[in-house]
Amino acid sequence: MSMSFDPDELRPPRPRPTPTSRPFWDALSEHRLVVQRCGTCGAWIHYPRVRCTSCGGADLTFEPVDASGTIRTFTISRQPTAPHFRDEVPQILAIVELPIGVRITTTLVVDDLHPVEAIAIGAGVEPVYDDGEDGLTLLRYRTQSAAVTAQEHS
Amino acid sequence: MGFDGSAVIAGYAEYAAERPFRGTPSLAIEQWADLAASALADAGIEWSEVDGLACAGDLPESASFMPATVAEYCGWSVNFAERLDLGGASSVGMVWRAALAIEAGLCDVVVCAVTGRPWPPDPTPGPIDDRFFFGASSNAWGSPQAEFEIPYGNVGQNSGYAMYARRYHDTFGWDERARAKIAADQRVSAAVNPSAIFHGRPASVDEVLASKLISDPLRMLEIVMPVTGGGAVVVARQDRARTHRSVAIRGFGEHLTHKTPSYAPDLTVTPVAAAAGKAFEMSGRTPAEMHMAQIYDCYTITALLSIEDSGFCDKGKGMAFVNDHDLSYLGDFPMNTHGGQLGYGQPGGAGGMTQVVEAVRQLQGRAGVRQLARHDLAYVTGTGGVMSEQSALVLEGLS
Repeated sequence: MSMSFDPDELRPPRPRPTPTSRPFWDALSEHRLVVQRCGTCGAWIHYPRVRCTSCGGADLTFEPVDASGTIRTFTISRQPTAPHFRDEVPQILAIVELPIGVRITTTLVVDDLHPVEAIAIGAGVEPVYDDGEDGLTLLRYRTQSAAVTAQEHS
Repeated sequence: MGFDGSAVIAGYAEYAAERPFRGTPSLAIEQWADLAASALADAGIEWSEVDGLACAGDLPESASFMPATVAEYCGWSVNFAERLDLGGASSVGMVWRAALAIEAGLCDVVVCAVTGRPWPPDPTPGPIDDRFFFGASSNAWGSPQAEFEIPYGNVGQNSGYAMYARRYHDTFGWDERARAKIAADQRVSAAVNPSAIFHGRPASVDEVLASKLISDPLRMLEIVMPVTGGGAVVVARQDRARTHRSVAIRGFGEHLTHKTPSYAPDLTVTPVAAAAGKAFEMSGRTPAEMHMAQIYDCYTITALLSIEDSGFCDKGKGMAFVNDHDLSYLGDFPMNTHGGQLGYGQPGGAGGMTQVVEAVRQLQGRAGVRQLARHDLAYVTGTGGVMSEQSALVLEGLS
């Protein structure tokens, strides 16, 4: 490789909103999740678009939704997927499915109350709003804490 | 669907897998011309007979206007020019597009080539860019990957295929030995292939399972080894094929639904299901009639899902199928008889061409110690991205 770079200078890239996606990111900054819904056929659409993926309709409106969902699948990456993510290893990459059916790419956050052992396909997860210094917020997730789960099942 | 088989694969050329590369580096366009010349010589077709070409996104010298640059460089006047952007499905995609163009009367001789050797040092190198780090994911502003995948670290291939594997096993059962057996059986074939990176180096199921966990549940030996290489085939009207047995393209299919697995309609049924369905329907053949399967295998899980979704067994029965069959060149279900990319190595975007070339080699009876006794019908697949784009071919050696 004739090109050179300093890996220590690489940081995880930040999202760069577009005119279409701006309301999505603005809502996340306020710790809310909005998802587009098609006014023609009723389909929910994520990520934001200008046309419905079901009917092609253009009447799409952002609506607030419950950000909790379930784990559709996940993997624990033992080596960084790119050098930018060396401080995030092991990366717990996941696809989260919301009750409305849309799927979201995310990473799972673990701590003493939300241990890695609790991570499983089908497990309930709750949003973790990861605020950046640039004003943008990433939507990460963690497994629902035992207390919350017990409360819901009582 | 009409497809009369008047287009055939007439010859091929292949650079052996190497790591590290010990030859003299050359520009990608130079490799392209070199592979084209070798494949044409193999087919017994003159350079001047070429009137079509198909290339893929692997020529760094020519990020755009690639087909015209290749035609100009080679001195060809072509009536058919394609640049495919289907990742590992590009090689299979080249073959059927070339066959269609020939049957439609557009052209008679189409060179399809993909390069994968290192090029000489650039005297004025530019800064290293996002493409180097994020590969198949675009970090250009406005790209869905730049906005919704890359910031979360969802880049590269390992984690995406691992998420497919976890969902598959969670649904159908956790027989990890079956997945490992795909790699081990293919290493039996690679061990007798002098062009393979693992020539002379078989690996047992236990060795595969003992290899380092990379992105769970996938382990090191279930993931392709990057190598240098490259390959080409010549697709031609049958009367142009002179030296070897003609290999007719009897059926093909292609299917795409997503770029990123998060948006795949189904993580357990992959696009090759639709592609294989078309290919077999068009050919009038069934999976059980195939004498070999050259199935794109960037990972063990790719091959496992492709076995099921191509119809060689029922959904969810792939692990039992693998356990019940010997997949090596000696076995009752010869799959990836060159070792597959898991045993041969993956020469970048040219990985998919190794499967096409091995099918032709076997059908033409030129596989040496790996030669199959029955070698009239072959099934070939290509896979790009993370189960994003998949394509399938049914090939028949003519008498």
